[in-house]
Amino acid sequence: MSDDNKETAGSTGPREDDGRRERVIGTPSPAREKALLAEDNISAPAGVGEQLDEASAKRAERVVASFFLLAFLASVVFIAYFIGWSGRDGGMHGVWDAREVNFWLGGTMALAFLSMAIGVTIWVRRLMTSKPIVQERHELAADEETRAAFNRDFLEGAEDSGITKRPLLRRTLLLAAAPLGLAPLVLLRDLGPLPEKKLRHTFWGDAVKRAQAEGKRGVRLVVDGTNKPLKVSDFATPGSMITVLPEGMEEHLPEDQVLTQVAKAVTILINVPSGEFKPAKGRGNWHVNGIVAYSKVCTHVGCPAALYEQTTHHILCPCHQSTFDATDAAKVVFGPAARPLPQLPLSVEDGYIIATSDYHEPVGPSFWERG
Amino acid sequence: MKRITAWRRRPWAGYAVVLAALAAIGVIYAGFSPQTDRAEAQGTAQAAEDLKHGQELFNKNCASCHGLNAEGTKDAEGNAIAPSLIGVGAASVDFQVSTGRMPASNPGAQIPRKPPIPAFNTSIKTDFEEKEKREAAEKQKAQAEKNLADLRAYISSLGGGPEVPPASAVDPSKGDAALGGKLFRTNCAQCHNFTGQGGALTGGKYAPALSGDDVTPTQMYEAMLTGPQAMPVFNDTTLRPEDKQAIIAYLVQTREEPNPGGNGLGRIGPVSEGLVAWVVGVGLMIMAAMWITAKKPKKLKKS
Repeated sequence: MSDDNKETAGSTGPREDDGRRERVIGTPSPAREKALLAEDNISAPAGVGEQLDEASAKRAERVVASFFLLAFLASVVFIAYFIGWSGRDGGMHGVWDAREVNFWLGGTMALAFLSMAIGVTIWVRRLMTSKPIVQERHELAADEETRAAFNRDFLEGAEDSGITKRPLLRRTLLLAAAPLGLAPLVLLRDLGPLPEKKLRHTFWGDAVKRAQAEGKRGVRLVVDGTNKPLKVSDFATPGSMITVLPEGMEEHLPEDQVLTQVAKAVTILINVPSGEFKPAKGRGNWHVNGIVAYSKVCTHVGCPAALYEQTTHHILCPCHQSTFDATDAAKVVFGPAARPLPQLPLSVEDGYIIATSDYHEPVGPSFWERG
Repeated sequence: MKRITAWRRRPWAGYAVVLAALAAIGVIYAGFSPQTDRAEAQGTAQAAEDLKHGQELFNKNCASCHGLNAEGTKDAEGNAIAPSLIGVGAASVDFQVSTGRMPASNPGAQIPRKPPIPAFNTSIKTDFEEKEKREAAEKQKAQAEKNLADLRAYISSLGGGPEVPPASAVDPSKGDAALGGKLFRTNCAQCHNFTGQGGALTGGKYAPALSGDDVTPTQMYEAMLTGPQAMPVFNDTTLRPEDKQAIIAYLVQTREEPNPGGNGLGRIGPVSEGLVAWVVGVGLMIMAAMWITAKKPKKLKKS
């Protein structure tokens, strides 16, 4: 603040005089006090000191008063704007007006509070003396007499409640508390038997079975969102990528099951240029000229891994940057995922891309007893 | 006369007369309708000239990287410097040049969007007050549009490829924004973020933001159609033109939504934005409170 502050604000000698305090670079700070606080016996914060200088106090008074006046004006503008403008014709003027209204109401209110706060701060620092005030603390522990009295009262209360005399109450209370203690053990069940085989199958399996019952070889792939079945010729551009689902999820599943099953069955279809595609061992006929399908559920923690770069053929998971190689059976090339993305066996029927079976391994992140 | 009579009686005479008559009709017709032919010839000549102009532009601006025959170039180790442009199509040229990505200033992980070079800048300012300035700007704009069209035609002539979509196919007001939102979230959001704010890829590459007004609906369509740089291709048989229009409608409508609470944080949602406001705002207030109550550090007291 101003110069008179500095003059009155304590007068220990300059630091440089004091040998112990000289700082050697690389060593801890030699300052004895915590960064923000000066020693207790130093009287002044950046205040006026023990005596008030009436002349400078008068000046400060006027400054503080003008801040309060500003606060007053801002509040008046706030009220006037609120009643006169934002509330005209019954209010509710849409989102663009809301922007303007927020700006003016927020601005005037901020100005009112801020100038009041600045005024009060200057008041404290420039118009009040800053002498140290000592507040003694008493000992925290209670004295002997109080503790004895508490013990007496406690035993008397226990006696009065009859918890020793009335075993029925005592035992039923313990009985009531027991299941709560057991609850955490029961929760362990969900880690084991409950999911049954649900995590090992997706709707692709059901859809393929249904299609095969109708005499087809497999289920067609449809674009997620438009439900358009994809032909091989539709998806012939190298570098293509699209999110697909098995055909007929909405017809064959109860409405409340659709999203749950979509979340598991969601698959990305990629057209890798056939020259760069390396079919994995035993999966030679799982692709159609480089058109290949992988589960979209990341094997790390289950985010949608569909960030496909057509130049590097990497599939990235945006959550933790697990990276899979689309040309090489979606093997992990980077990141925390432990297993490749499961691959869906594809084939062609009547020109359409079909899936000929479910995923051969569970999709998504690892789980208890996955094996 | 005798000789003619003798000729007339030959067995092939009938055929010869028919042939002669046909030839005569052809010649007479050609004589009577010279205009169409000349116009056609003129059109062909114009098209050839446009192609030649396109090729000149290509040689001047693109051939240093893409090769004199647009066959692409490789460095000494056989790594591609620039891809072949044969078969990339007019849509790809229009996208790359109108977004200023091509001609690229230097090859790197990502070729960034920048203002197009003057020869191809079709979005220059033309609404000048002074007539002279305005006319000059309009002339420059028309020339840029012609340059771009000729370059597109030249690259198309090398091997076909996807065409520039018509204006009706990219009109955001005709698309189904709800469907577009769904398709965007399933196929685009992992790179471009939920509302097209863009995001990082590997090795210094990134998916650009689509939230700026300079990203036109036509450019969005062309990007989906041609898959520039690391972006996958979404051809018209996978995402049909109406699906692409839906995605464009979603993007344009979301970016036109106002931010009622002041400047947004990339539309990450009211809860997250509120959290930031609380943490940062309250943090600043705590610091202000510490400043107000702080005692003066000793070091400053000597003066």
